[in-house]
Amino acid sequence: MAETLTKNSTDKAKSNSSLYNKDTYLKWFEVMYRVRRFEEQALYAYSQQKIRGFCHVYIGQEAIAGGIATALRPEDKLVTAYRQHGVALARGLDSKSCMAELYGKATGVVKGKGGSMHFFSKEHNYFGGNGIVGAQIPIGAGIGLAEKYRGTDNLSMTMFGDGAARQGALYESFNMAMTWKLPVLFVVENNGYAMGTSVERTSNVHDLYKIGAAFDMPSEAIDGMRPESVHEGIERAAAHIRAGKGPYFLEIKTYRYKGHSVSDPGKYRSKDELQEYKDKDPIIITERNIIDNNIASLEEIDTIKNNIETEISAAMEFAENSPLPMASDLYNDNYVQKDYPFIMD
Amino acid sequence: MSRIITLRDSLREAMSEEMRRDENVFLMGEEVAQYNGAYKVSKGMLDEFGEKRVIDTPIAELGFAGIGVGAAMNGLRPIVEFMTWNFAVLAFDQIVNNAAKTLTQSGGQFTCPIVFRGPSGSAGQLAQQHSQTFESWMANTPGLKVISIVDPYDAKGLLKSAIRDEDPVCFMESEMLYGLKGEVPEEEYLVPIGKAAIRKEGSDVTIVSFNKMMEVCKIAVDELAKEGISAELIDLRTIRPLDYDTLINSLKKTNRMVVVDESWPFAGVSAEIAYAMQKHAFDYLDAPIVRLNAADTSLSYSSVYVEEYLPNPTKVIKAVKEVMYINA
Repeated sequence: MAETLTKNSTDKAKSNSSLYNKDTYLKWFEVMYRVRRFEEQALYAYSQQKIRGFCHVYIGQEAIAGGIATALRPEDKLVTAYRQHGVALARGLDSKSCMAELYGKATGVVKGKGGSMHFFSKEHNYFGGNGIVGAQIPIGAGIGLAEKYRGTDNLSMTMFGDGAARQGALYESFNMAMTWKLPVLFVVENNGYAMGTSVERTSNVHDLYKIGAAFDMPSEAIDGMRPESVHEGIERAAAHIRAGKGPYFLEIKTYRYKGHSVSDPGKYRSKDELQEYKDKDPIIITERNIIDNNIASLEEIDTIKNNIETEISAAMEFAENSPLPMASDLYNDNYVQKDYPFIMD
Repeated sequence: MSRIITLRDSLREAMSEEMRRDENVFLMGEEVAQYNGAYKVSKGMLDEFGEKRVIDTPIAELGFAGIGVGAAMNGLRPIVEFMTWNFAVLAFDQIVNNAAKTLTQSGGQFTCPIVFRGPSGSAGQLAQQHSQTFESWMANTPGLKVISIVDPYDAKGLLKSAIRDEDPVCFMESEMLYGLKGEVPEEEYLVPIGKAAIRKEGSDVTIVSFNKMMEVCKIAVDELAKEGISAELIDLRTIRPLDYDTLINSLKKTNRMVVVDESWPFAGVSAEIAYAMQKHAFDYLDAPIVRLNAADTSLSYSSVYVEEYLPNPTKVIKAVKEVMYINA
């Protein structure tokens, strides 16, 4: 049983609903609901071919966004992979500019240059939105190196999926981050599938948090379907990191309801498995917790929902009505050098 | 006042001066600190700057290149040393997919002011995996700048410019020529990125080269002078962005051009130059441009293979005579 307790904080956290105040609960609900509605609307726009390219949605994984929103400090840095709408919104990026980015508009958060996989916001210490599996792991370590270099107590939250856990970049980054005691919170969002290949089929090691043991890195697995446990996991890790003790590794066990990307029907999973997770839907469960425990009223929940419906409608309208970039903008932001002589013939 | 110093000393002076000037500049790589550099380029830097700013890494090119990119995105100005660019191949993902793309994919919000540096090109009988030339690989990628030098004056001035540049720079040196000596001023100076240098003025033919092939060309130019052939010798110094104007102006004067480039021939630097010259100076050409490259093979170990593989002064002289329609 001792092993179960160290690798999974679910049971402990379940009884802790009274630990958090009303604001925290409502914040979780608001963030998760915003992410869900943003992506449902994005999928609708995608079906109308208003959004193109790769589009990987977070639906099912929103509890992680909730936990990030309450457990990190604004000054902390965050870098993640391409399933990133939810994390970006959790960091405070504006739903209008994010939706406009999906539409490829000039008003997008990166001026229509990135699309679904590449939101960035310096203002929100959000380092993207990265498309090469696992390549953001060393970047996150480097972001942490810069924080240590400057002597801050900020951490670099470095997120990746279970597929990326099999990349060599992870080994190199974990090793250097531990050797140099960098302030990095490594987070694997284990949704069970690297595209269509299950975790069990990609390695002999199925408990991803155990990878940290090879580097003596403090590591644990937590329940990613509940914002409480995500929040607690990040807080425990952050306390360790901010104390100058070096990196920490969280395996957040989660599930995506949709396929890998919009073009993936997800036939490699059973209906029962999908239903099992839908029964644990973080948004429904959190709403029920709030109501059942009299944390807030149904009216307050409805107000949040209505506000978000209004916000997402406004974001869609903003994206629809925004101008496309100028073709000549293609040449902007390739180099800081303003007069860079591109080959034009 | 100037002194005669080696290429390795000029590179160290550039890094040390910039580290004194800017607290955010630091050096990381394999053996750069306690070992004083695999080629002693960073000798003494650990003593001066300490282990916070001169960082020995494990042998993990992908990882430490990526850590450099992350640090650059988060406000520092890393110099990442590769023991050779052959090993940097492991880090190409970070250089090509991340450093080169940071500014554009963030819509101009994040910059990546980083220098990746180390020797490129063959270095004797090192066989296939340690003998490659990477200028054309890196210069193919928008978002990067590429510098390739051996002259100590240029090395110092261009490395300082590269460290101060806000864009990612790939900086290529030469294992064989770290001991090459040249005149370098005591006073601070910069050499601008993107400008070629005319090493010797001439009127009959333009020879274009860079990195250690410049030393091969210098010998050939002296030999040609003895035969009454006046060659203009241009050192590209920067590969991306290429200084087309200097090449076009020289071609307009000499009407003939030979490009000597240790890269492989296919889609290499020499191919780009030949294309640009026919496009922009077609009417000035009195003969097809001739290029001399490394052989279109991997480099094998035996000295016979090395001789066959590389351009040398005899081959350069033959190429010059070919564009001048002189029977050898």
